[in-house]
Parts: sequence; structure tokens; C-alpha cells
Amino acid sequence: MKTLVLGVGNYLLSDDGVGVHAIQRLLEQNCLPEEVQVIDGGTLGLDLLYLLEGVDRLILVDAVKTSFPPGTLVRLDNEQVPAYLSLKVSPHEIGVPELLMAAQLRDIAPPEIVVLGIQPESLETSVELSPCVAASLEQLVKQVTTEAMRGVA
Amino acid sequence: MRAVEDALKIKIPTNARLIRNIIEGIQYIQDHVVHFYHLHALDWVDITSALKADPEATAKLAQSISDWKYSSPTYFQGVQNRIKTFVNSGQLGPFANAYWGHSAYKLPPEANLMGVAHYLEALDWQREVIKAHAILGAKNPHLQTYLVGGMAVPVDPNSQAAINADKIGQLLGYFAKAREFVEKVYLPDVLAVAPFYLEWGGMGEGCGNFLSYGDFPLMDDANPDKAGDLFIPRGIILNRDISKVLPLDSQKISEYVTHSWYSYGDDKQGKHPYDGETKPNYTGPKPPYEYLNTEGKYSWLKAPRYDNKPMEVGPLARMLIAYASGHPRVKFYVNTVLAKLNVPVTALFSTLGRTAARCIETMVIAEQLETWTKELAENIAWGDLRIHENVHWEPSTWPAEAKGWGWTEAPRGALGHWVQIKDGKIANYQAVVPSTWNGSPRDAQDQPSPYESALVGTPIADPKKPLEILRTVHSFDPCMACAVHVLDPNGEEIVRVKVSE
Repeated sequence: MKTLVLGVGNYLLSDDGVGVHAIQRLLEQNCLPEEVQVIDGGTLGLDLLYLLEGVDRLILVDAVKTSFPPGTLVRLDNEQVPAYLSLKVSPHEIGVPELLMAAQLRDIAPPEIVVLGIQPESLETSVELSPCVAASLEQLVKQVTTEAMRGVA
Repeated sequence: MRAVEDALKIKIPTNARLIRNIIEGIQYIQDHVVHFYHLHALDWVDITSALKADPEATAKLAQSISDWKYSSPTYFQGVQNRIKTFVNSGQLGPFANAYWGHSAYKLPPEANLMGVAHYLEALDWQREVIKAHAILGAKNPHLQTYLVGGMAVPVDPNSQAAINADKIGQLLGYFAKAREFVEKVYLPDVLAVAPFYLEWGGMGEGCGNFLSYGDFPLMDDANPDKAGDLFIPRGIILNRDISKVLPLDSQKISEYVTHSWYSYGDDKQGKHPYDGETKPNYTGPKPPYEYLNTEGKYSWLKAPRYDNKPMEVGPLARMLIAYASGHPRVKFYVNTVLAKLNVPVTALFSTLGRTAARCIETMVIAEQLETWTKELAENIAWGDLRIHENVHWEPSTWPAEAKGWGWTEAPRGALGHWVQIKDGKIANYQAVVPSTWNGSPRDAQDQPSPYESALVGTPIADPKKPLEILRTVHSFDPCMACAVHVLDPNGEEIVRVKVSE
């Protein structure tokens, strides 16, 4: 089973880049097995399409806007994914929904999609996370690791 | 890079000039095709209507406009089945906000099905042809091989790791594919869709002023101000008067922050980018907010002006300036498109004009890539392997003070960087980017930007679903990251734009 951990977001807009921050940590820790691919998708949108080919489980790591307090960890799976997509407020919102639509139209959408994220506090221009999101980052990285390992025999 | 090269008076070698032209050329083609099919097409093509199409009739339609290979009834049936599965899966979720079935969609089901098929084909095509960037730039989209003085790509016919005859052959292969798709799919699609939307040839005009810095130097000692030295010419058109192209004087460029969240000493005065300042000064309400006060500061974009006038930049500006300068291929394609659609040249000043100009430009560049690639091959064959001018590499060789202007035409429009160097360090650096020309807030004289002018008077069939607004905004190819406040996912801010007019 092939798992792809894809962090998305704009690194220049503080908490919007939390997915990218998480990917950087994962790559530094380098503790995931080979069948789990870890990629910093940034704000690439449709350019990421080919990465989905042959992927069984997609773990999207992103800032997720919910009604919870900033820093709250969020996990959404299959049926909740469309809701997450239509709620997104960030510059790459055009990219991720289009990416998944194109994947479906081309029959390469991963059968299982999980979104792991954090409720952002700030979307200001900065490459630093806000303190409360930074405090939850370690937890998010752990959760992504656990999630990614679920599919590994 | 060009800013520093201008400051230090560096002339880059022939190979570097050609490789830059080629990289930028294929970027135009990929960018424009992706813009048309993946960001703009669904403003005109209704996916759900494609379900009603007759694959047999779709094949006939496709074959009548082009001899493209994928046009059989079985092929379109397959695409239609995939759309059916997609719609029936209930996974339309993220697109529930899209405007399927909107009364402003005018295409027959067959044209919609053909459009969706080409949307999907373009995905595979763009991934293939952009491999040229991997050859010349090491990586896409963030190319790694540019450097002041030339390129960091070795050129050597005897090395496997350098640009050699094999690599040139590969490039020519990608460029043939690129051209075939533009010739047989993109251009015919634009010509097939446009007749259903001809009223858009009379809507969405910007400010009537156009600016191009020009790009693609055709010789090593090209003078960008001289006609014929750049493949895409430099110039200015004012008040939609295409009978003359005025010379561009970069001293006349200034940026205002009157309505932008920055402060100058005097916010009523513009500043030339050499003296530009970027001091953030946010005076707006704490988000989330409903409205911004447009009497005061209301945008993170500065307002660039030329001779104190707003200017439109991008493919339409470039094609009008090239057309008015007598560029043979641009003239040929503009005239062909106008004749096919049976519209006057003034129809170019519109939303449809912008979309057509982007396609014409793609065609013209697609034709040119082979020429540049062959020139590169010939130059290498002559034994010229120079790729970098390193005389000025050491900062100790630089003057104590220097300043330079780096100009280019990015796919979405004129892009300028201005640098001041003092004692080997950057003393000031300012970038004026295309989306600020097109989408700026008002200036000290309260003049609107091309976006704003273009949207005034747009009829909206359903205020809750302002598809018509999206058509015009998307026709400019806005930079998403800069213009996020325009592209609200729920369309709410866009509705507000409409209401305020």
C-alpha cells in the first residue's frame, strides 16, 4: 500500500504554512519507511497531480479552519473532506479542490483521503508560526506519523 | 538578475541568452495553456451539461475544427463516463459552489464535453512539455540554473551531463508536442467557443492604456528600445490608439501608496522604484471584517502608474503593441482570429480579447521555440561553449555605487526589478509585479486600475453567482497569492464588488 503525506500551504503566510512546517519536521526526523512518501506541496495545486498516481492513502497536512480555538488539532476523513475543501480560506484554496477534482476525473483519486491539520490563528505575512500553533506542531507531526504508519505492515 | 546585470553592465553570452529565451518561451506556453484550461475554461464550459452530449456529435464537432488525434466517438464516450462517475459519486463537494447550470453558460452540450476532454488532456500535456525546464533549469517550477552573468548549465557536445546534441533533440521533441497541442487543440477551441460568447468582445475593457517592457532579445547586443531587437516588442499604447506605439521611458514609472497599507513621507506623491520604499502601515480593521473603507487605505498592493496613468499589462497589452508595431506573425494570427470571428479589431479591448490574445501569443511563441533551439544547437556546433560572463563575479570588481533595472515580461505581464548597489551590498530593491499594474487600488488622483475599470457595468444574471465577474477577473490571469481577497471561495467579496457599483 502506497501512502503519500502531502503538506500544503503558503509558507509565507504564518499559520497557513503549518502543513509545510510539519513536512520539514518529518523530513528531518526521517523515521517513516520507504513506502510512505513525504512531500512539501506548497501552493503548487495542479502541478501535484502526477504525485497522486498509484497512491492508496493520501494524508493531507494543512491549516484547517474550524470553529475550534487556534492550535486545535483536526482530523477529517473521507466524507468530511469535501466540507474541509469548501471551508478553506487561504491562497491555495483554488489549488487543492481543483487538484482533487482533476484526480477524480482522471480516475487517479486516492481511495482514502485523510486531512490532518491545525486551526490557524494568524494568516499574516510571516515565515514563523503563531505561538499557539507552533506549540501544537510537535503533536501534529506525531499524529501524522501515527496515521502514516497505520497503513504500513 | 537582469537588474544586477544592468547595474554592472554585464553582457551575457549567446548560449545564456538563447537558453533564457527558450526557458521563458516554454513557460509562456505551459502557463497560458494551464491558465486557459484549468483556471479559465470552467468559466465558459459547464461540466454538468457535458453529460447531455451525444459522443457521436461531439466527435463530428471536434473533427470539424481540427485534425487532432483524440476525436473519436469512443474517446468522448469514455470521457463522458468519467464525468458521470464523478458527478454521481456525490464528490462534487468542493464544486457545489461552482456555477453549473448557470444561465450565462451558452455552449451546446457537445462543445462542453469537448472542453472537458481537452481540460483533462491539457493536464497530461503540460506535465510532459514542461520537462524542458528540467533539462535547462534542473527543476520546475523553481528553476535553479539562473545566475547573474548567464546560466549555470554546462554546454558541451562531448559530455553526457551537459547540454549536448541529445538534449537538444529531446527539447525539439517537447517543443513539437507543445506546438501541436496549441495548433490543434488550444487555438481551435478558442475559435470554437468564442462565437457563443461574442458579447464578451464588447465587455470587460480595462483602462485602454497598455504597457509592455518587451522580452526575448534576438541578438546579444539587443537594444530593447529599438524596434526589432526584442521578439516581443517594448512600448506603450494610450487611449486604445493602436495607430501608434509610443516609446517606453522607464523614468515615468512610479508607485503610489495613497490607498495602500504602506507609508511614504507624503502619501499623495508617487515614487520611482529606484527610490521606492516598502514600509507596511496597516490601518484597516482587525479581521474578520465585512467591509473596508475605500476612502482610506484598503489594499496590500501598491498602485503602479506610468506617466501617472493606469496601464494594463499582460498578453493583451503585448499582442496589441506587437500588432501595432507590425510584428508579422502576431499580425497574421490577430487578423486570422478577427476574420474567423467576424469582429472588428476593437473587439480586442475586452474580456474575450484578453483570452484570444493569450492564445495568439502562445501560438506565436510555440512557432518560435524551434528556431531558438536550432540557433542554440548551431552556436554550440560552432564551438562557442560560453555560458557565463565571470569578469564581474567578484564584488571587488564592482563600482562603489551602481544601480540597475531588470525588466522582463512574465506570462501574466510586465515585471520590473530595480536595484541599488552600494559597497558591494544591496542598498534598495524594489519589484513592481504584473498583478499590481492590473489590480492596484486607486492612486492619488483616484484613478481606478484595469480590473476595476473592466468590471464596471458588467451585467450579472444572478447576484449570488457572479460568474460574469469571474470571467473578467480570470481573463487577466491574476496572481492568486496577490489577489486572494478577490477570489473568495464563497464568492461573497466578489458579490460586494458588484453591489458597490
